Amino acid sequence: MVAVVPLASILLEVIRNGISTISFQFITALPGVPGQTVGGIGPAIQGTLLLIALTSVMGIPPGVLTGIYLAEFGNNKFGRTIRFLNDVLTEFPSIVVGILVAALLVVATHQYSPIAGAIALSIITLPIVARTTEESIKTVPNSIRDAAMALGIRRWRTTISVVLSTARSGVITGVLLSIARISGETAPLLLTILGSNFFFSSWNQPIDALPLRIFNDASQADPFTRQQAWGAAMILIIIVLTLNIGVRLATRGRYGSNRSRI
Amino acid sequence: MSRMEEAPLDHAGVQSSRLQNFSYRLSHLSGDDMFEVLSNVFACTAVVIIALTGIVLVRGSIPVLGKFGLGFLTGSGWSTTFGQESYGMLPYVLGTLVTSGIAISIGIPVSLGIAIFLAEMAPTSVRVPLSQLVELLAAVPSVIYGFWGLLVLSPWIAKYVETPLTSGLGSIPIFHGSPHGLDLLMGGLILAIMIIPTVSSISKEVMMAVPTSQREAAYSIGATRWEVVRMGVLSYSRSGIFGAAILGLGRAVGETMAVTMVIGGALGSEAVPTSLFIPGQTLASLIAGQFKEAESLQLSALVGAGLVLFGLALLINVFAQFMVWKVLKVKAGAVE
Repeated sequence: MVAVVPLASILLEVIRNGISTISFQFITALPGVPGQTVGGIGPAIQGTLLLIALTSVMGIPPGVLTGIYLAEFGNNKFGRTIRFLNDVLTEFPSIVVGILVAALLVVATHQYSPIAGAIALSIITLPIVARTTEESIKTVPNSIRDAAMALGIRRWRTTISVVLSTARSGVITGVLLSIARISGETAPLLLTILGSNFFFSSWNQPIDALPLRIFNDASQADPFTRQQAWGAAMILIIIVLTLNIGVRLATRGRYGSNRSRI
Repeated sequence: MSRMEEAPLDHAGVQSSRLQNFSYRLSHLSGDDMFEVLSNVFACTAVVIIALTGIVLVRGSIPVLGKFGLGFLTGSGWSTTFGQESYGMLPYVLGTLVTSGIAISIGIPVSLGIAIFLAEMAPTSVRVPLSQLVELLAAVPSVIYGFWGLLVLSPWIAKYVETPLTSGLGSIPIFHGSPHGLDLLMGGLILAIMIIPTVSSISKEVMMAVPTSQREAAYSIGATRWEVVRMGVLSYSRSGIFGAAILGLGRAVGETMAVTMVIGGALGSEAVPTSLFIPGQTLASLIAGQFKEAESLQLSALVGAGLVLFGLALLINVFAQFMVWKVLKVKAGAVE
């Protein structure tokens, strides 16, 4: 029962303080100047959506392919090493990923950019997607592969069209959980996209994101700014918990024991 | 299979025949080969990323390591003034160890209690929803924990825990300081709350992997319920639980945002953790807090902090994964 207390307290406090802030203007407007009482978190929401889209394009295909490799070809020493390193990468401190990308891109070009942020987030999604893809492909019975082979379908075709589509729901679960994870990820973004008070303007300018907005607003003394942070926290928590609960409801009973490692 | 066909040999020389053989195979690559190569290449991404991180961090910290040598690890200075720069990582390494220590010593017993309850005592109708709630707790972003810690938990702790402790036990050095709620103790507490979901759900998995025969054997010699848990289950799943605890330690060491928001952000020799109630700093919070303004040597110092953190996290994680793996492998073997 002890475990439920923090969750209940977090949810209650966020909803209690955040609910009054939410309005159409709050979701779409630019952040106000400190001292004023008009403003919103439009850029943060836009930035988070942009990052999710970019990361999905860059991070998910390599993740799925890694998962396919581990499940279909990975039953040897090399495969075991990869699986091990993949697990290590899952538990990597996200700030270290942030430094890596910042040192490679941001410091070299002296520019914070959405691309750098998305690369950092892709590195975080990769092992998660790979792991869930592998687990769900492993649940596909061999008879399905044999049936496809018997029809004379090539192996890569079998894997892509038959095995992967049988394992589809598991792969989608992994993708959605990794999106939930990255939408709340803050530390690497602090070093790569910096945060901003304006909407996206170009590919080499800082952008904003929901978790960064919460972090920056939380440290302000101004009550209105702090109020905005509560609202942003509420929206973020709604996104993350909806994704998680949705996935759990949709796949209830299946893959039950694999999820605890994510 | 296209690979089975032999490429025609060129009699001009071995060199060119090899080349031709290679180009023949390249032009006759089947979809299968290509697919295997492609998925192989992507499977290596994890290796490449870990190796690249190591290289980039070492290269980035060469300036500061060259200037201070070992003093970078053992010093406690923090001066950004040009000409008299001084950077030492000792306070932050200690800060990281102290906060993680608090997190482990509070978080592990609570997690074990939850895991024992879920795995051994709760009926299925309670176990399933409760384990899902615990896993949801793991999904809450760390910035939200930090925000909640900063505005809700910290004032409460300052009022009901720290004030009585400082006024009652203030003469003991570790309880010395002013109780304002943004300090090392708070950093450790928020970490404890954050590692509980991970540690308890892995421990639960490990305990549930213990064969029922273990429990039955303990019951059959007349053990009470607690004795069954202690002898039959805990001792059997010892190494897995240990692995879960180390994994929790890894999380605590690398956790950034929540700690940055509640730890107070001290720098230099002020950050040496002499008391639980003074503002501190961990390696991760140092990087998050200072990176924005960092230039040249300071930047290198922060990359150096990243290197120390990277080494620490890698060591802890490899060890933990190994422990958890060993147990789950036994489980898989037992099922088959």
